[in-house]
Amino acid sequence: MSAPTTARKGARTYTMGQVLGTAFLFVLSVYFLLPLWWLLVSSTKSTGQLFSTNGFWFADIQLWTNLTNLFKADDGVFLTWVGNTILYAGVGAVVSTLISAAAGYVLAKYQFRGKEAVFGVIIAAVLVPKVMLALPLYLMFAKLDMVNTFWAVFLPSIVSPFGVYLCRVYAAASVPDELIEAGRIDGASDTRIFFTVSLRVMSPALVTVFLFQLVEIWNNLLLPMVMLQDDELWPITVGLTYWDSLRTTSNYGLTVTGAAVSVIPLIIAFILLQRFWRSGLTAGAVK
Amino acid sequence: MPTVAPRKVTVPPAPTSTKAGGAKRRKPVSHRKFVVGFLVPFGLLFVAMYLAPIAYAIVESLYTVKRSGLGLGPSTTEFAGLDNFARVFSDDAFLTAIGRVLLFGAVQVPVMLGLALLLALLLDSTVVKFPGFFRIAYFIPFALPVVVSALLWSFLYSPGSSPYQKLFALLGISVDFTGGDTVLWSLANIVTWAWTGYNMLIIYSALQALPEDIYEAARLDGASGWQIAWRIKIPLVRPAITLTAVMSVIGTLQLYNEPAIVKHIAPAIDSKYTPLMLAQTAGLENSDYNFAAAVSVVLALGTFLVSFLILRFARRKAV
Repeated sequence: MSAPTTARKGARTYTMGQVLGTAFLFVLSVYFLLPLWWLLVSSTKSTGQLFSTNGFWFADIQLWTNLTNLFKADDGVFLTWVGNTILYAGVGAVVSTLISAAAGYVLAKYQFRGKEAVFGVIIAAVLVPKVMLALPLYLMFAKLDMVNTFWAVFLPSIVSPFGVYLCRVYAAASVPDELIEAGRIDGASDTRIFFTVSLRVMSPALVTVFLFQLVEIWNNLLLPMVMLQDDELWPITVGLTYWDSLRTTSNYGLTVTGAAVSVIPLIIAFILLQRFWRSGLTAGAVK
Repeated sequence: MPTVAPRKVTVPPAPTSTKAGGAKRRKPVSHRKFVVGFLVPFGLLFVAMYLAPIAYAIVESLYTVKRSGLGLGPSTTEFAGLDNFARVFSDDAFLTAIGRVLLFGAVQVPVMLGLALLLALLLDSTVVKFPGFFRIAYFIPFALPVVVSALLWSFLYSPGSSPYQKLFALLGISVDFTGGDTVLWSLANIVTWAWTGYNMLIIYSALQALPEDIYEAARLDGASGWQIAWRIKIPLVRPAITLTAVMSVIGTLQLYNEPAIVKHIAPAIDSKYTPLMLAQTAGLENSDYNFAAAVSVVLALGTFLVSFLILRFARRKAV
């Protein structure tokens, strides 16, 4: 909590408004958390009990069996999907952040002809959602005979006009010219100044771009869905969607346990990294 | 808190301007290499993965494939002008899909943003206890990939086994989450569930960034909490609300993941339920690439236009 709120709070004791307000927020928190509770409970149930028992409470707990089933299913393909997801979303977001930072920094701190035009095109591109590009990209990659490859998903995923926009704005506002000048006087090259000094100053923006990209790549189902036929190349999302689409009883269990296994680490990471995403995800919004 | 400040004029204009890279006074050559070298990774990918597909879609949308004989003979590609666009706008399935997402957006976006705004104001006020807990509770659904949220909810909606259906039945209410009339609102619930917390957080951060003394005077004059919220706080965080509105509208027009997954349990969702699903079906299943390209172009232009209009409208009102 920030200090001013605490200070304000001291002035009053429990009022009707406080009780009603808190009660309202509590009811809503049940709405937001209950589905996750269902997922957690369901991941411990056998497929038979998944639908026959009370969805919001435990029955015979067989979490270990479910996990073994999950990691053994289809010759252990789930683990491959986990690895692929880390490559597409995790490595993809890191690479994307770096190239966005490099481009945004140069656009903010250096003068060259055509700079404003380049930036104008990038801004316009921010308003074209990437999902809309999935089909044209598929047709292009098909012509190049590159569909159904890792690169067909990875390369389109790492381009982020919004990331460049954010890095430029942030670098312009936060990296002082004096800092760059001082580096030059010390004889450091531009590249060295960027990596040792500027990048560090830009780190809040980098966290934002990283999180945005992570979420965006992770959420883009259409692109891997149209590009990849080979299940060895799928991210978790496409794999779970496939299992779910089979509509067989044994796959219900796999889908539920797979969903639980893939989101629990994310939820824990989100809670632990609160400080970062709170400033990070909203950095673009505060004007 | 990082802020978006007006761009500073940082580097004096280069006295010598060379073709690709400019220069500072001292070491023009090395700066140029640096500028080019740092722009190239993003630039190449941007051209290849962003501009090229846009250009490709536009070109494809202007051509058509004609087959001789009974569709079995050799095919030829011909320039078709705006024929494909005429087909798009006279296609009943496309018009239905567009109408559907517009109806969805007209209801879901205001409900979600209203809720997000209310939650942000409550969390920012002195009214509420445990704000830290509530903030994280509302935001957690955003941590889930949209696909997983949709899978999760499709289990919760699944006819016959839905725990929510059972819960409502206890209250004497019978609901069918996947029926033809209700499934659109079941999808709206998934989107609202997943994104309210995120929008709330954006508005909340803007509220927290407001200096306290702005409404201290109003409070001393005896203004109530609601008056302060309505007259002072909401107008001041309008840029944040606009941002959430633009993002939500874009999200609505590209609705895909939720219907594509809930489709598994809801026969009411066909393969042309939303514009993007329709484009996918046309392109991949029917191999009607030119039509799919035209749909993509229409969608991208439409999204661009709507976002632009919202931004303009918001700017005009703010002045």
